Amino acid sequence: MTAMPAPSPSRVAVLKGGRRLGDTIGIALLGLSVVLIVLILVVIVGNIAFHGAAAVTWEFITQAPREGLTAGGIMPAIVGTAALVILMSVVAVPLGVATAIYLHEYTPAEGLSLAWRRFVVSKGQAGRRRLFFRALSALLASITRTAVANLAGVPSIVFGLFGLGFFIQFVGRGIDRMTGAPGQVLWGQGSLLWAACTLALLTLPTVIVATEEALRTVPQDLREASLALGATQWETIRRVVLPSSVSGIMTGGILGISRGAGEVAPILFTGAAYYLPYLPHDVTDQFMHLGYHVLILSTQSPDVEATKPLLYGTVFVLLALTFLLNLTGVIIRSRTRSRHPR
Amino acid sequence: MTTMEFVSAPPQRAAALPEALGPATKIEVRDFNFYYGEAKVLHGIELDIPEHQVTALIGPSGCGKSTFLRSINRMNDIIPGARVEGRIAVGGQDVYAPNVDVVSLRRRVGMVFQKSNPFPKSIYENVAYGLRIGGVRDKEVLDETVQKSLQRAALWTEVKDRLNASALALSGGQQQRLCIARALAVDPEVLLMDEPASALDPIATQKIEELVYELKETYTIVIVTHNMQQAARVSDRTAFFMLGKLVELDETRTIFMNPKQKLTEDYITGRFG
Repeated sequence: MTAMPAPSPSRVAVLKGGRRLGDTIGIALLGLSVVLIVLILVVIVGNIAFHGAAAVTWEFITQAPREGLTAGGIMPAIVGTAALVILMSVVAVPLGVATAIYLHEYTPAEGLSLAWRRFVVSKGQAGRRRLFFRALSALLASITRTAVANLAGVPSIVFGLFGLGFFIQFVGRGIDRMTGAPGQVLWGQGSLLWAACTLALLTLPTVIVATEEALRTVPQDLREASLALGATQWETIRRVVLPSSVSGIMTGGILGISRGAGEVAPILFTGAAYYLPYLPHDVTDQFMHLGYHVLILSTQSPDVEATKPLLYGTVFVLLALTFLLNLTGVIIRSRTRSRHPR
Repeated sequence: MTTMEFVSAPPQRAAALPEALGPATKIEVRDFNFYYGEAKVLHGIELDIPEHQVTALIGPSGCGKSTFLRSINRMNDIIPGARVEGRIAVGGQDVYAPNVDVVSLRRRVGMVFQKSNPFPKSIYENVAYGLRIGGVRDKEVLDETVQKSLQRAALWTEVKDRLNASALALSGGQQQRLCIARALAVDPEVLLMDEPASALDPIATQKIEELVYELKETYTIVIVTHNMQQAARVSDRTAFFMLGKLVELDETRTIFMNPKQKLTEDYITGRFG
C-alpha cells in the first residue's frame, strides 16, 4: 500500500493489478454478507410463513386448545399476550419516559466530574449551594445511567428470577400478609400483573434510551425560544419538547414493547400458564402466552406430528403480531415527520 | 490604556438623570462581570440604556456582546458554569436579586434570536404560545392579540389567510418576523435582538430594520449586530464592545462620525475585526 503510482504522462492511470484485486475482493465480501443476512431472514420467515399460514384458520385464532394441546386453537394465548403487552406498556412507558426526561432535561449537561470540580473551586462564592445540588444531581444522573446501561445487559432469565423473588415473594406476599386472611394467597403468586412488571423492567432500558435519543433531536433553539417567552422548564418540556419528540418516543417505545412481547424467560416464573381453561379477567390471574405456548408445544407435546401445524401457526401469529407492532412504529414515525418537515 | 480607564470610571456619573434632560433610563448596568467557568467573559460593564430607543451593541466576534445581551433576561442561567457579579436593573429592578422570578422577568424582557426558531406548530399557535402559558384561554383575547402582534411585526397581511398553516412553511424572513410577533404577544417592555437579520437576505433584512425602527415607539430595544451599516441605520445609541469590555457608548452619530476612543475608530473604519 506504500507504493505510490509512478508519475505518468496521463494522470488517469489504470489501477495496478494488486489494488484492483483487493478492491474487488472487498466489495465481494461486503456484498456476500448482505446477501447472507437477507437469505437467513428469507429462509426463516419464508419457512414459517409457508407452513404457518396454512395452519392459521379462523378456528385456530378463535378457539382454545383441545385434546392435550394437539388440536384446537390459540385464542387464550393471543388474549394473554395482548393483555400482558398492554399492561407492560402502561408500566414501562410512563416510567421510562419520565426517567429519560429527567436524565436529559434536568440533570447538568456538563457531567459529574466537571459539576463536582465547579463546586469544589467555588469556595467562598455566592450560589455555592446551587452548585452543590447541581453536583449531587449529576451524581444521581450518573448512577442512573450506569444502572440503565447494566440493566440492558442483564439476561432475560435473570429478570424472570428477579420478578419471582421481588414482585411475587416480597411485594405480593407482603400485600397478602397485610390485607388477606392468614394463609390465603391472592397477590403472592404468578399473575398478569407481576409478569407485566417483570417484562416492563426488561423493556425499560430500551424505552429510556430511545426517549433520550428522541429528546436529543429537539433543537436547543426551541427550548430557548420557549424559556425566553417566560415559560418554565416544565412548560417548555410539556408544550415544546415532548410534542416535537413524541414520534421518536413512540417509535422507541413500540420497538421496546415489541421486543418484550416475544420474551418468554421473564414470564416463565411470574405468571405464564401451561394451559388455562378460562381467560384472564383480573390482573391477579395467570395467563397463556404465545411465546410460552411455542415452548410448551415444542417440548411437552405427547404427539409431535399432530402438534407441528399448531406450532407453525403459533409462531406465525407471534411473528405477525411483532411485525405489526414494528410497522405501527415506523408508520407513526414517518407520519409525524411529514407533518412538520424540518 | 485608555480602555481600562474608561471601563473603570466611577459609577456615580449616570445616577438618576432628571426627566427633562432626556429619556428615562430603562436598563441600568453597574460593574457587571460575567464568568464562564473560570474564564471571565465580561469585565466591569457600566452602561445605561434609555427607554424607547434602539441601542446597538457592536464589536468583533467573541467580544461578549451576545453574552451581555443574554444576561439582561438571564438566558445565560441555563448555561452550565455561568456566574455573574454586579448589577443589571430593568425598570429599576435588579434582575439578579435573589427574589426575582426569572419567568416574569422574561415576560418583561422579550428576545429574538439570531436563527429564527419558530415552534413546529401553526403560525397562530406560535404567536399565542406566550399567552397560553400565561394562562389566557379566552379565544377572543387570543385571536385579538395574535392579530395585533402579527400586525405589529408587519406579517399580518402575508399570513392572515393561513394562520393554521405550519410556521415552518414560511420563508426565513417571515419566520424571523413571526418570532418577533411571538415575542411581542406577551407585551414585553424591552426587546432584545441577537443579530436578528444575520441569516436573512437584503430585502428581508430591510423589513426587519424598518420594523425595529417602528417598534421603538412602544418598546426599548437592544440589538446586537455584526453589520455596522445596520447599527448606523437603526440605532439611536451604539455601544462598542471589545474583549469583554465596553469601550465606548454614545449617540450612534457620534460613534460613527467622531468616536472618542482610538479602538472604536479603528473598528468602525475596518482596520480590524
